[in-house]
Amino acid sequence: MKQSNTDKIKASLKKRYAKERRFRLYGLISIAISFLFLLVLLVNISIKGLPAFHQTYVKLDVTIDANVLGIDKNSDHEALFSADYSIIITKTLKKMFPDVKSRKQKRALKKLVSNSAAYDLRDAVTANPNLIGTTHSFWFLAKDDVDVYAKGNIDRNLAETERRVKDFQLAWIDQLEKEGRLKQRFNSRFFTSGDSREPEQAGIKGAMVGSLLTMLVTLSLSFPIAVGAAVYLEEFAPKNNRWVDIIEININNLAAVPSIVFGLLGLAVFIAFFGVPRSAPLVGGLVLSLMTLPTIIIASRAAIKSVPSSIREAAYGLGASRVQTTFHHTLPLAMPGILTGTIIGMAQALGETAPLLMIGMVAFVADIPQGITDPSTVLPVQIYLWSDSPERAFTERTSAAIMVLLGFLIVMNFLAVLLRKHFERRW
Amino acid sequence: MTEAIEKRDEFDVEIKGTVGKPFADDPKFESRNVDVFYGDKQAIFDVNLDIAKNEIVAMIGPSGCGKSTYLRCLNRMNDTIPICRVTGHIKLDGEDIYDKHQDPVLLRARVGMVFQKANPFPKSIYDNVAYGARLHGLTSNKTELDDLVEKSLIRAGLFKEVKDDLHKPGTGLSGGQQQRLCIARTIAVDPEVILMDEPTSALDPIATALIEELMIELSAKYTIAIVTHSMQQAARVSNRTAYFHLGKLVEVNDTDSVFTNPEHQLTENYITGRFG
Repeated sequence: MKQSNTDKIKASLKKRYAKERRFRLYGLISIAISFLFLLVLLVNISIKGLPAFHQTYVKLDVTIDANVLGIDKNSDHEALFSADYSIIITKTLKKMFPDVKSRKQKRALKKLVSNSAAYDLRDAVTANPNLIGTTHSFWFLAKDDVDVYAKGNIDRNLAETERRVKDFQLAWIDQLEKEGRLKQRFNSRFFTSGDSREPEQAGIKGAMVGSLLTMLVTLSLSFPIAVGAAVYLEEFAPKNNRWVDIIEININNLAAVPSIVFGLLGLAVFIAFFGVPRSAPLVGGLVLSLMTLPTIIIASRAAIKSVPSSIREAAYGLGASRVQTTFHHTLPLAMPGILTGTIIGMAQALGETAPLLMIGMVAFVADIPQGITDPSTVLPVQIYLWSDSPERAFTERTSAAIMVLLGFLIVMNFLAVLLRKHFERRW
Repeated sequence: MTEAIEKRDEFDVEIKGTVGKPFADDPKFESRNVDVFYGDKQAIFDVNLDIAKNEIVAMIGPSGCGKSTYLRCLNRMNDTIPICRVTGHIKLDGEDIYDKHQDPVLLRARVGMVFQKANPFPKSIYDNVAYGARLHGLTSNKTELDDLVEKSLIRAGLFKEVKDDLHKPGTGLSGGQQQRLCIARTIAVDPEVILMDEPTSALDPIATALIEELMIELSAKYTIAIVTHSMQQAARVSNRTAYFHLGKLVEVNDTDSVFTNPEHQLTENYITGRFG
């Protein structure tokens, strides 16, 4: 009897180990597949987005003619500021390409450099009026078409009617290139300016600041409210009470409500009823708080529940009151879990687009928001807006904005890990 | 088979009140007609028991007999369980601790508790011992607090082992040391009674012996009630022993007579190891 049992077990061993190996293999395969998708996604975004961090500049030798501008070295700031510098840019270009005659070509010539060139020149002259009357080399931002061509995204071999940059424009660009007047530089403008209709001038700072402000509002509202609610429900609320049950069910259901519904709610309640300014980080933060609350509450309750009751008993046994036990022991011990939940909620909120569309954060905002009531947009909405724009140069900006958003998420997760480590080490 | 039937017969002996000496002349705690319910289920039936000043009372009995539940009634620890209901009267120094005007916070400062599983706070050894004093504002400055922590650790017999590591986490100590840390934490509040719920069940014999010595030393100053599964422990440390069975207090007597000459059949069966 005993011998035969051993034999049976021996016979089954091989099968069991094979099963185990198979199971491990499935696991490895699924991990490999998910990594592959992630890799494809990241590589794709990087390849598309990295060119956006460089921008083409054109060198022009500008003669700042006092007669054309109608100013001189002694003009006051106001006069210097309001002079029409675009004429000088146009004149400079005409001098470089004297053959250009037709109206159409003249118009195209102006579009070699971005219209920000005139403002750059203005800033240089107002800062240093001594430039008036001299000839000086300036590097100006190239127009998006020039930039797209310089980055090799326009095929010369296509028929002229099928490409955006015509033959005569190509000739100009070739000439500029030959004279060493084209250069790619780090695109600092992308990080220092707001959105623009001109792709070469469009930057992400407005959306970044908007996201930051919105997150600030969301965090400062949802964290205290959610932790308070979780503590009350876990530690103070009467058990087996009908009202408490109803509240619990509702919180769990709220976590599953589609986010656009929160947007409609925000539109109806915060904007229409309370008159909170629309398109602002304040109302965005309010709406995202509503969305984040259930996530943080559920995670916090789980974290509080997992604190061993022996710790609570030890505190009660020494004569600690319920509030003291909660704040001295339960909450600090639950903090790592609560923070994890909070970061997950915040990461969700950071990537959320739909509800913000409903409350007007999808508007075109060129200014960088200065406070939580200024009109603004956020990173995911900016991505949505750019991806919807027809200009070719917005494609790379869309991917670059995605990279910035992912960067934000990575920083947030890193912060979460640091915070968790910090709180765990204290104990 | 016959043995099992015999056992069941022994189990079925009817319990009519408590035999022995449940009352004391100089009681710290007086329990009268105490019933405890968990929801609809009654866990303790009509317990009448006194615990005298500076006495060590041991509570023994098979698992689930209600001895821990009874112990937790003495500092209203059962209040933290929502479905638990206690009826009857428990008096500490003549005052009913379940009276409306009694504050459980004050009661638990007067009646300290040491738990089955050592449960130091995940803080430093110093903070563990100082917690109660800080909570109740027992000391007015750092020096006093330092003294109190040192004194409590010395009385718990732990100071020599940890005096250089006071700021290391209490959770890093060995099991026996942790339990002595919990005792130090309890006596730092200077309670009048210490309740111990199987304080040595997770410890090795050497750590157990240390804690038993400590209990005998502490009984000079405190009244101690201890729940234990070890009959030897009850015999070694206690003055009186109470035997619980299925939520009823079967027998209470001087420890010597319980173990040498039990009055009740159930007690005899238990201490001779026929069940439990």
